[in-house]
Amino acid sequence: MMQAEAPVLDPIFGRLSLAALPLHEPILVATFVAVAIGGIALLAGVTRYQLWGYLWREWITTIDHKRIGIMYMILGIIMLLRGFADAVMMRLQQMMAFGGSEGYLNAHHYDQIFTAHGVIMIFFVAMPLVTGLMNYIVPLQIGARDVAFPFLNNFSFWMTTAGAILVMFSLFVGEFARTGWLAYPPLSGIQYSPDVGVDYYIWALQIAGVGTLLSGVNLLATIIKMRAPGMTLMKMPVFTWTSLCTNVLIVAAFPVLTAVLVLLSLDRYVGTNFFTNDFGGNPMMYVNLIWIWGHPEVYILILPLFGVYSEVTSTFCGKKLFGYSSMVYATVVITILSYIVWLHHFFTMGSGASVNSFFGITTMIISIPTGAKIFNWLFTMYRGRIRFELPMMWTVAFMLTFVIGGMTGVLLAVPPADFVLHNSLFLIAHFHNVIIGGVLFGLFAGINYWFPKAFGFKLDKFWGTVSFWFWVIGFWVAFTPLYVLGLMGVTRRLRYFEDPSLQIWFQIAAVGAGLIAIGIGAMLVQFYVSFRKRKELLDTTGDPWDGRTLEWSTSSPPPAYNFAFTPIIHDGDAWWDMKQRGYQRPLGGFRAILMPANTGAGFVLAVLSTAFGFAMVWYMWWLAIASFIGIVGFTIYHTFNYKREFHLPLEYVVRAEEERTRMLATVRS
Amino acid sequence: MKLRLRSLAVLPLCAALSACDMVVLNPAGDVAAQQRDLLVTSTWLMLLIIVPVMALTVIFAWRYRHNNREARYEPDWHHSMRLELVIWSMPLLIIICLGALTWLGSHLLDPYRPLDRLAPGKEIPEDMRTLQVEVVALDWKWLFIYPQYGVATVNEMTVPVNQPLSLRITASSVMNTFYAPHLAGMIYAMPSMETRLHGVLNSTGDSEGFSANYSGAGFSGMRFKVRSVDDNEFQRWIGMARAAQQSLTRDAYLQLAKPSEREPVRYFSAVDNQLFDLIVGMCVEPGKMCTHDMMALDERGGLGMAGIYNVARRSGDQPRAVFGADHSHVIGICAAPVVRTFEDDLLPQVDRSPLRGAGLPRPAPSRSGSLLADALDSSSSR
Amino acid sequence: MGHALTTEQAAARTLFYQADEHDHEAGGSTLLGFWIYLMSDCLVFAVLFATYGVVGGNYAAGPGPKDLFDLSLVALNTTMLLLSSMTYGFAMLSSYRNKVAATQAWLVVTGLFGAAFLAIELYEFAHMIHEGATPQRSAFLSAFFTLVGTHGLHVTFGIVWLITLLVQIGKHGLNRANARRLACLSLFWHFLDVIWIGVFTFVYLMGMLR
Repeated sequence: MMQAEAPVLDPIFGRLSLAALPLHEPILVATFVAVAIGGIALLAGVTRYQLWGYLWREWITTIDHKRIGIMYMILGIIMLLRGFADAVMMRLQQMMAFGGSEGYLNAHHYDQIFTAHGVIMIFFVAMPLVTGLMNYIVPLQIGARDVAFPFLNNFSFWMTTAGAILVMFSLFVGEFARTGWLAYPPLSGIQYSPDVGVDYYIWALQIAGVGTLLSGVNLLATIIKMRAPGMTLMKMPVFTWTSLCTNVLIVAAFPVLTAVLVLLSLDRYVGTNFFTNDFGGNPMMYVNLIWIWGHPEVYILILPLFGVYSEVTSTFCGKKLFGYSSMVYATVVITILSYIVWLHHFFTMGSGASVNSFFGITTMIISIPTGAKIFNWLFTMYRGRIRFELPMMWTVAFMLTFVIGGMTGVLLAVPPADFVLHNSLFLIAHFHNVIIGGVLFGLFAGINYWFPKAFGFKLDKFWGTVSFWFWVIGFWVAFTPLYVLGLMGVTRRLRYFEDPSLQIWFQIAAVGAGLIAIGIGAMLVQFYVSFRKRKELLDTTGDPWDGRTLEWSTSSPPPAYNFAFTPIIHDGDAWWDMKQRGYQRPLGGFRAILMPANTGAGFVLAVLSTAFGFAMVWYMWWLAIASFIGIVGFTIYHTFNYKREFHLPLEYVVRAEEERTRMLATVRS
Repeated sequence: MKLRLRSLAVLPLCAALSACDMVVLNPAGDVAAQQRDLLVTSTWLMLLIIVPVMALTVIFAWRYRHNNREARYEPDWHHSMRLELVIWSMPLLIIICLGALTWLGSHLLDPYRPLDRLAPGKEIPEDMRTLQVEVVALDWKWLFIYPQYGVATVNEMTVPVNQPLSLRITASSVMNTFYAPHLAGMIYAMPSMETRLHGVLNSTGDSEGFSANYSGAGFSGMRFKVRSVDDNEFQRWIGMARAAQQSLTRDAYLQLAKPSEREPVRYFSAVDNQLFDLIVGMCVEPGKMCTHDMMALDERGGLGMAGIYNVARRSGDQPRAVFGADHSHVIGICAAPVVRTFEDDLLPQVDRSPLRGAGLPRPAPSRSGSLLADALDSSSSR
Repeated sequence: MGHALTTEQAAARTLFYQADEHDHEAGGSTLLGFWIYLMSDCLVFAVLFATYGVVGGNYAAGPGPKDLFDLSLVALNTTMLLLSSMTYGFAMLSSYRNKVAATQAWLVVTGLFGAAFLAIELYEFAHMIHEGATPQRSAFLSAFFTLVGTHGLHVTFGIVWLITLLVQIGKHGLNRANARRLACLSLFWHFLDVIWIGVFTFVYLMGMLR
């Protein structure tokens, strides 16, 4: 704690001292030891097998949208483990802390855990996974060879990672915010949170936010400018449509987050009075602004998954998607409406009945296009021939789960009902219901669907099914009790309870968390087993599911250049149309292809940004200045590099295409 | 009927566990009960569409499974204007109903709106007075001031049964939420701002209230007792509070406001009758300019360049921004007397209800006479 | 396999693939991408304007706009920026005619006007802070310094970019990449002009009228 007369800052280490290391928290020390051992083993392994050069050339500096997409997914899955560990700790604490027991976590630790859980799950799990999916699939679906700005893509990824690394730092050096995931002032102001926690929060989100924003600009330009000839807007695959809308939302919402966090950091660093209680500040302005970003954010997360469900349903039902155009209009309507509902997150602020009912009703209106989407999937199944592969199983689970979450959401949009349920565990159950049931299930559907495209072999169905059932059942066991507790008037973020009759519900919820843990474990086993059985699960055709969109027209995994010839599109389900009309894969006439060249600039800039963020958190001014100059200087230096492209040699293309011919022949014979 | 529907929805869940007290679905106060009714009605309304959708999902998933070769397969069927019409209009119809309910409910159950009844079919008697309570969320405890009686309590709110309550709510430092589930829905308690809440408890008994918005380390223990008692007991209780040794002066308040956790119930007599307004104005500390004075000055263009240095230096123990300034607050220059609290309740209330154009019944006619009596009573009681 | 294409195959190929496409040179989307970025930047300013709108009247019993703003100074300031936008336009015209030296000269003039704008703004800030009207004094001043300062920071980065571009044009002439960068900076520069007109009207003029 920063106390008393402003302590003299160390010129080198700022306010960082040995006392900042959480040596008194045995849980953290054990975690640190485990992470350190794991990390050293990993580094040793990479060195032992001389993989540094490979990693640097093929992954760290890559500008291939497919590899960047995969790296986003890996980042998301690693952070999912961290975020889930936080969730388990919360469930255990709330299960134990009854009847005078304070559980095993003190307030200082517990309050960090629920904040970190929220921040990590939204910014460093859901966002990377969604961005990764869009990054990988969108260029393939529109018949492009890469995104519009390949270097920016690499830079965006590393900035997102830099933010994640700052959050992970806070676990072992200092502390994380103890404010809840949106860090409402005045609690998050310097007066009530003088420690480094909120600063870690601010800089992690700012740095990752740069990545998110640029990736939004990038994908937006990609979708607008780089579609294959013939692909008019109304012939775009639904996933691309939802990605387009999501990126519009990113570009139009994240600047608000950036700006509001700048204002909060000015309050904390310079002592301005935007959100303070004194000198004319207005904390409620923060609440408004952060939700003007925050509400579109939930649609940023869910929309691409609506696209995934559409692709999956149509593919596995062997049918054209029912009501394509109404699906598109529904998506666009949701995109627009998501901007005029933010106040429903704080009906209880006392804005007055008319304002509350306006925002309540706009919120309900969103459920109309969303409902239309559900019906569209339903009628895609109607008179289809449904193959219950893993992606389709997740989709059906989604439809059954999400409608409940949607219903409780509309319930919370009725202001008087919100007055009794706001901030309660009912709310927690609701948004986990839509985020797990909508976003996460969709991601799992997407991962199982596109994995063979990315790696050339399918995922193991047995372990996938195990994971599926544990996740779905675990979800309901974990969150139904929270709905009940919410109706019993139990509020969120509590560390201990007086009323012993509540305990049984928390115990059930903890069991649910345990089931989900098994589900996550089974998923990791699924990856491992599939890798071991990759020969058996091999996809030689590039089209393992009898797909409908362009990504299935190329090999699995696709070559660096995606398509030897840019496809020409005649129908919404372009690949299906090609298959129906007996297209012929061209076997000759290849040419060298102009491709963007790898660069380490994004990585270097992200490392400098991490140093800058860390320095700002700890008031190490020399490092902050040095790294800032480094960022600007290196950016300028990078702009002097005019040679950013090279021709992929003809021999390379011919070799890759011949390999594909050979693979396809193995199927036919 | 609604009650029965509600129990139907909840019973299966609760059957296994006898000790299931769904306070949100079974509150003791009329306002909370109306909010519950709205909740239940909305749920049923939405189930009208949710249940068929879920059923269809299961039916379609089963019927059109891959190895059921009897089911029809139409790979190219992807459009039907009639179906689309149904798809869009069904949710639309339900949302129209729900929207109407929302509009009515939001206005009728607006926490700022004075009550127009005690319970279904039970008017407020002409001579009944409204109990006024001023609520302050402190770090991490609740202070309740009874301006009509000049007493205050910590972590306990005792109210007479079947008597309308009018609450003014604020906070001392960070944001909290005042929530007594049996009484009425919650509302934020925010520093330098005042929110209102109206409600009534219709049966006697003890229950719990708490902060429903995380406010820092001691948040979990920020609970208070809500006691609903009959009139005699209430008078006895007031008498007990008036006999309390401690009085709540500005100094005593500043002591109380310091962060502490799990405070025991305490009573104060002789409460400074401007205290709540000073708390809202963030100016309990002597020499600090109140926010309402500040706003009045700002309205007239501020104090000009001369005002720049009208600030107090920060004391050593306050955390400050690393590049922040040294001032801690604006110094009060003319301590304009605070206009007595609840003055707006003295005005005729008919025109203040936010029901313009909605065609809703207005709240019960003004009872300013009795309110005036309240005000007189509170002054004579000191 | 491997034999010459039949006519049928050739027909299918032309139907579904672009047989003779040209290289897609990078940068085809740059202007669009930059435009999208500017729109997002515009939203940052929108938030700052909104903030100023909400707390801009909270002087905390301190000085208000009338006590602090010197309109003649701001008019000078505005002139500098408007002139810089104009000279940037001349630079663009020269670049279209591929006149490297003229382009560079106009860019230098633009940069100088930009620097003059910044100098005046910094003088204004320094003066106010010297008087004690610091960003910490009131929410109005916090919002004022942040809004105007953010615009100033943008101009600063514009000047850094402009100098970089001058060097690059000197080195490589007006090649396609440089022409594209010139166009992007042009968008950026005019964008800052538009924002400034907002600041000038909303903060200074309406502040004096309040």
